[in-house]
Amino acid sequence: MHNPQLSDDGKLKHLLSIEGLPRNILNQILDTAESFVGVAEREVKKVPLLRGKTVCNIFFENSTRTRTTFEIAAKRLSADVINLNVNTSSQSKGETILDTIDNLIAMHADMFVVRHAQSGAAHFIARHVGPHINVINAGDGRHAHPTQGLLDVFTVRHYKPDMHNLRVAIVGDVLHSRVARSEIHALTTLGVPEVRVIAPKTLLPQHVEKLGVHVYHDMREGLKDVDVVMMLRLQNERMNGALLPSAQEYFKCYGLTQEKLDYAKPDAIVMHPGPMNRGVEIDSAVADGNQSVILPQVTYGIAVRMAVMSILAGNS
Amino acid sequence: MNILIKNGHVIDPKNGLDAKHDIYIANHKIASVGKAPDSFIADQTIDATGLVVCPGLVDLSARLREPGFEYKATLESELQAAVAGGITSLACPPDTDPVLDEPGLVEMLKHRAKQLNLTNVYPLGALTSQLAGKQITEMCELAEAGCVGFSQADTAIIDTQVLWRAMQYAATFGFTVWLRAEEPFMAKDGVAHDGEIAARLGLKGIPAAAETLALAAILSIAKETGAKVHICRLSCGESIAMVREAKKQGLQVTCDVSANHLHLTEHDIGFFDAYFHLKPPLRSQRDKDALIAGLKDGTIDATCSDHTPVDDDAKLVPFGESEAGATGLELLLPLTLKWATENKVKLVDAITRITLAPASILGIDSGHLSVNANADICIFDPEQYWKIESKALLSQGKNSPFLGLELAGKVRYTLLNGQVVYQN
Repeated sequence: MHNPQLSDDGKLKHLLSIEGLPRNILNQILDTAESFVGVAEREVKKVPLLRGKTVCNIFFENSTRTRTTFEIAAKRLSADVINLNVNTSSQSKGETILDTIDNLIAMHADMFVVRHAQSGAAHFIARHVGPHINVINAGDGRHAHPTQGLLDVFTVRHYKPDMHNLRVAIVGDVLHSRVARSEIHALTTLGVPEVRVIAPKTLLPQHVEKLGVHVYHDMREGLKDVDVVMMLRLQNERMNGALLPSAQEYFKCYGLTQEKLDYAKPDAIVMHPGPMNRGVEIDSAVADGNQSVILPQVTYGIAVRMAVMSILAGNS
Repeated sequence: MNILIKNGHVIDPKNGLDAKHDIYIANHKIASVGKAPDSFIADQTIDATGLVVCPGLVDLSARLREPGFEYKATLESELQAAVAGGITSLACPPDTDPVLDEPGLVEMLKHRAKQLNLTNVYPLGALTSQLAGKQITEMCELAEAGCVGFSQADTAIIDTQVLWRAMQYAATFGFTVWLRAEEPFMAKDGVAHDGEIAARLGLKGIPAAAETLALAAILSIAKETGAKVHICRLSCGESIAMVREAKKQGLQVTCDVSANHLHLTEHDIGFFDAYFHLKPPLRSQRDKDALIAGLKDGTIDATCSDHTPVDDDAKLVPFGESEAGATGLELLLPLTLKWATENKVKLVDAITRITLAPASILGIDSGHLSVNANADICIFDPEQYWKIESKALLSQGKNSPFLGLELAGKVRYTLLNGQVVYQN
């Protein structure tokens, strides 16, 4: 089956998911991101790579943080940026996604950054747009959040350069997490030999092992000797009812405390895509501790998004 | 009008016919197979050399969308599609708007279908009022108006006491209860099989247990009440074993499978292709294999089209928001033939699954070519391949997961009551 995010000559046309992307493209993005890390430290934080281009951040679902990082990334590349919060405007008036997209196409936008509550929405939009438009998935339902996955592996690579000798644990709500799916695909594609998921069965998809991960339900067992601990966000609405009994019990079993982290390797790093629920999925002392790389993740996020945008624009 | 169909390969499972014969039609009925009746003079002769002549197909599930959803399809467009698919009798579920829970609505539908005179339409009445699962309908009145069974369409009865009473009441009068086995809480908001692909694509899954759990409840109540039950569109391998066991125990249970599920699995969803959003969802390869085998060994009695015309706008949205369903009337025959060819099933057995067996489930005198039977006949070319393209389909629903595929089996003539209603 032809991967819709690649052009006929194998170049990146859209970034919709990490799944199916070859390792050389992932490395190209990470290497390019490396070169953009320094831009933020310059006095003039801009490069002209997207000058004259218009990037539309189309958010059918709210997200200040992700939208802001995409906006900063696009502006640092000298693009014109338009932000649309669609769930509060057109869609509530009955306009379909395609109507919205068609209007933006008519305004000669060059790149769409799309967030949507439905899995597959970015694929759907990418199928619809013309060949001169690039689509970046900024999170679709439970499916994928590829730039987050890439910035996470960028962070891992920065602190643990030998990817072929790592044990990585992803902890928490894998079932509903687009971040987890993207992280898993990114890590396995880049050759990480052992990716673990740690969660109660209620927060894991059926057949999750088919994604190439080892499944653990016990935190201490799952964290034993790992190099990287990736925590996932747990939404408050999932705290009660049939998925989990309570925040307290979740924290007891799956919250990352220093005592549990001590099962990992002494130099293990702790990551979190944010925003964090302190005292539910992670203890404040760990989140702010010396093993945490949570804030550098955010910084690298801009460089990775700049890399993706510049590569897509260059391939167009 | 007298019609002679000559030189055709006649396949009639009921009468054990599977050879070259001539068929003589007089006064809307089959006058003779083989030998010309005395003083028979044909007004029309159809040369069926190289073609298969079989009973008109009987489809157990075709949504015609009238009344209420005429923007999706009309009775006329869908009955045209039915005859183009060789179908001369079909059952339609009651999930129209308004729901088929009033005798007047059923009479109107029957009357409209009769006026069109293309395919016999056999409505299934709603089992509960408004399909709401609370109040059982006036089944006797509805049966008198023309309903051949009582169904909940895709809406489950949540209150098992109501289900029990509905089946008990239906059993009093010998009515068949048509149910799709899906436990609604487990299936809630689900859009795909809860398996490998849903895990990968982040789609809300419907576990196989949603089907087996509901099926266990239905079979248990059927045993208790003695009701005749038809299970619609099984999708899981484990369900086959359960039905097999129920049949062995002597329960009056029959079941069908959608032709789509004989050929597709969850993997076909690919990159969120909404044309593969079906109900029940496409399941695993193992489930598909079990359905194929179950149909072959007769545990599954019949294949149906599960025809569900969906307008383009309802598919032009992300997968999870799209409406489930696919057009199917014109594909029932070729998809059944494909199943037969790929699984070394005799043509006569394949024809049985779409003629005699579904007719028997419906309790109608159809699906055979006996002398004096209504001359409802399908004549098709088993060797002719045709490409499934939207524009080639007569149904108003142009969405099919098989678009672009070439399938063998093209209907050349359809006869209803001894009249040619389709010719290609």
